[in-house]
Amino acid sequence: MTQTAQIRSETGAGGHGIGASVLRKEDLRFITGAGRYTDDIDLPGQAYAVFLRSPFARARIERIDTDDARAMPGVIAVLTGRDMADDGLGDLPCGWLVKQKDGRDMVAAPHPPLAHTQVNYVGEPYGVVIAATLYDARQAAEAVEVDFTELDPVVDPAHARHSEDIHAGVLGNLAYDWELGDRAATEAALATAAHVTRIELVNNRLIPNAMEPRAAVGAYDPGTGEHTLYTTSQNPHLERLVLSAFVGVAPEHRLRVIAPDVGGGFGSKIFVYPEETAVIWAARKVGRPVKWTAERSESFLADAHGRDHVTHAELGVDADGRFVALKVETTANLGAYLSLFGSSVPTYLYGTLLAGQYRTPNIHVEVHGVYTNTAPVDAYRGAGRPEATYVVERIVETAARELGIDPAELRRRNMIRPDEFPYQTPVALQYDTGNYQASLERALELIDYAGFPARRAAAAARGLRRGIGFSCYIEACGLAPSKLAISLGAGVGLYESGEIRVNPTGSVTVFTGTHSHGQGHETTFAQIVADRFGIGLDDVEVVHGDTGRVEFGLGTYGSRSLSVGGSAISVAADKVIAKGKLIAAHMLETVPGTIEFADGRFGQPGSNQSLSFGEVAFAAYVPANYPDGLEPGLSEKAFYDPANFTFPAGTHIAEVEVDPETGVVEVVAFVAVDDFGRVINPMIVHGQVQGGLAQGIGQALLERCVYDEFGQLRTGSMMDYCLPRADDLPDFTIDTTVTPCTHNPLGAKGCGEAGAIGSPAAIMNAVTDAIGTNDLAMPATPEKVWRALAR
Amino acid sequence: MEQTGEYRIAASRERVWTALNDPVVLGRCIEGCQSLERVADDRFDAAIKARVGPVSALFNAELTLADVDAPSAYTLHAQVKGGAAGFARGQARVELEDAGPETLLRYAVQANVGGKLAQVGSRLIDAAARKLADDFFAAFGRELGGVVSAAAAPVPSPAPGAAAPPRVYEPSAQWKIWLAVFIALVVALVLAL
Repeated sequence: MTQTAQIRSETGAGGHGIGASVLRKEDLRFITGAGRYTDDIDLPGQAYAVFLRSPFARARIERIDTDDARAMPGVIAVLTGRDMADDGLGDLPCGWLVKQKDGRDMVAAPHPPLAHTQVNYVGEPYGVVIAATLYDARQAAEAVEVDFTELDPVVDPAHARHSEDIHAGVLGNLAYDWELGDRAATEAALATAAHVTRIELVNNRLIPNAMEPRAAVGAYDPGTGEHTLYTTSQNPHLERLVLSAFVGVAPEHRLRVIAPDVGGGFGSKIFVYPEETAVIWAARKVGRPVKWTAERSESFLADAHGRDHVTHAELGVDADGRFVALKVETTANLGAYLSLFGSSVPTYLYGTLLAGQYRTPNIHVEVHGVYTNTAPVDAYRGAGRPEATYVVERIVETAARELGIDPAELRRRNMIRPDEFPYQTPVALQYDTGNYQASLERALELIDYAGFPARRAAAAARGLRRGIGFSCYIEACGLAPSKLAISLGAGVGLYESGEIRVNPTGSVTVFTGTHSHGQGHETTFAQIVADRFGIGLDDVEVVHGDTGRVEFGLGTYGSRSLSVGGSAISVAADKVIAKGKLIAAHMLETVPGTIEFADGRFGQPGSNQSLSFGEVAFAAYVPANYPDGLEPGLSEKAFYDPANFTFPAGTHIAEVEVDPETGVVEVVAFVAVDDFGRVINPMIVHGQVQGGLAQGIGQALLERCVYDEFGQLRTGSMMDYCLPRADDLPDFTIDTTVTPCTHNPLGAKGCGEAGAIGSPAAIMNAVTDAIGTNDLAMPATPEKVWRALAR
Repeated sequence: MEQTGEYRIAASRERVWTALNDPVVLGRCIEGCQSLERVADDRFDAAIKARVGPVSALFNAELTLADVDAPSAYTLHAQVKGGAAGFARGQARVELEDAGPETLLRYAVQANVGGKLAQVGSRLIDAAARKLADDFFAAFGRELGGVVSAAAAPVPSPAPGAAAPPRVYEPSAQWKIWLAVFIALVVALVLAL
């Protein structure tokens, strides 16, 4: 079943409720140029900011001379890290405190928003020029004179522990040594295993490259004392919390953060960055709104990067081909500072996923999180889970080859069975539900696994080497519950808010604390509410991204919006219906418990008397015929704190053809069968899968962030950093299996990251199958493949 | 980047030498060289205005002489700052040799670039530096009324350890040839933006 065919059939089914592939409501404004992004915000009297950025990977700032710059035309202020420190602004915090294996806290080096004594990566801001025009600001930035004393940079994470300390007090550049699982039992099981497969892996560093670069516009109203910050954030409330509680730019109730339309984030816009901090601080300081929009070069340098692991792994297998132990040791490059969630990505979002879909009884993982003189590394689509999947699925495939067992059969033999849920893994997670065999078998059917030898032979006749690769991934979405996460070091809760305001005319405004930057919340959430209330999709407006309008929220990351944010809306809808029943019972002159709500009408079963949703809403606001003691109005909210993670899982199978003459890899077929639980809008889900696959295949074949030995970013533009384009990708075959999540009201699991999580291992397993050697690191560029073939 | 090059100049070594010591000639060959000032026996400051399309930037270079083996070999160390355009630093070893009626010039340059030069220009630098060095020697050849031809194949870098022991610097105008060569390469790097 191809994607287009499935969408057509589901659209053809009609309706706009749960399960319908409704066209996205927001797309009309996006494709007609009516979207309103941060850079579209222009405030009266607005000035422009240009940041002063370090040209060196590591250097002491000896002196900054701003006199010439300040004298230049249009210049309003030249502010440095020293000015910011003198104003008492605090450091940017890391939001997840990881405990080391010896019980000590991780070592978080201070991260001033603007550096004032030392710069630690190329592109790190140490000052900002504010001028009347962007041109003036740029010219003046050129005139700032800085004396740097260069210091030897630490660039290679593998050698970071034996290099000079970047931060005073961080010995061996080690932020933490973290472990999970039973080391002794794992080592003992490996020692007696019939076969041990060993693998060395590099998870290549990636640069996110959202289509819209980061931007911020800050304004300060001296009359009310209110600060307003428009910024490209995935989580405006968290931004406000960090800027007020930790950095101290403004009190929380005097700071409004608005994240309007945002053009892609992939995680990179979760974090609180120096630039928006400086913009809102400077706006008050200079008494004018201040605007900054990143140039693409700045995005390359100063957006948080992703991945960057070096791993050694060992998988023990018994004589029957059953996994007995997995031992993993990873060095994770955290960059020059711990970004907001940088510490959690290679630990709680990585180590906990190493059981994969399998019953491996003994697992131990040790992670060395190291500082280097490179941009901070944090969550990027998948965040830890792609890295975990890459380890598990590459080593399982390698074991299958070494043992001469069919890779599908080896996986089948080790998968957790549907009757074993809830399943407690040896690495902390408890999977609530799943059916891994179902997605594997469906994927095998869709790829026509039985026909592969013939396809391989046909390719060989054309002079090409064809390979097939599997990836049976699992991920954990909707990080939860709050109490557990906070006990493990999270600095914030992990619930979500949802509010439904039913207007007197029966139309509905939904407020969500999640944020849409491409995911289609305005459609999906409207579908949920329209479906529950039996009203039209156009009668539902979804509001997000404004701390001045939405009560609270934790934003969008980790594929949480639907499973957590959607669930909050669902609970709020329950409350609306419950109150509506009280009103309807009174109006229908009956007792409350007898009223049922279905198809948009309140009524008693067996009675032909009923009231529409709109009639009840109107009565709530014009309470003439109304229950005594019941508050007027029909507006309800819910904070939903999930009981557990959700566990989307599935099977990806890639087929590639390699031209041995050139090393060029073509992805000729790609099947993704995912179990996302209940799906609200299949079209949007397929779009999310496609986007994720493009990014995962980009990681496997094209993308790699490179710093040279001096810490200079060598892949600082699209010329040297290769993003996937349409002609790099095949026509995907996408399907879903459904085992609903057991613990949220929607049964939804989350779909935003799965494509990027599962696909890199599938592609690399296919490429290495095609070329007959495992000695190949991502990205599998033609040169590397050609060289691997020549070895 | 690392690059080596070899030029055969169709003129006697004496003629080459004289021309290279003529500041007027050099000025014509190094485009955009706004000033060249000797601030110490072994140190020179240069300002080079480089323009690429609509973008123009002033690059300040500090050049230091070392391992002088007058009149046959020389090493120049350079630090070049181009503000927002980035920076370059490196060294060039240049050697002159009689080749019958002609003169053979060999250079080996090693440079590291940073800032925008590294971020957006690294892919272009090798080819651009080669082209601009060629341009410099082509202009130089025209000054001599002769022909300059790039050697057919790149030559291997000379082993740095093999350099002659440093000699006392003799104040003369001879540094200019080395400076000219290096500036050409620096300009090449900078223009590679």
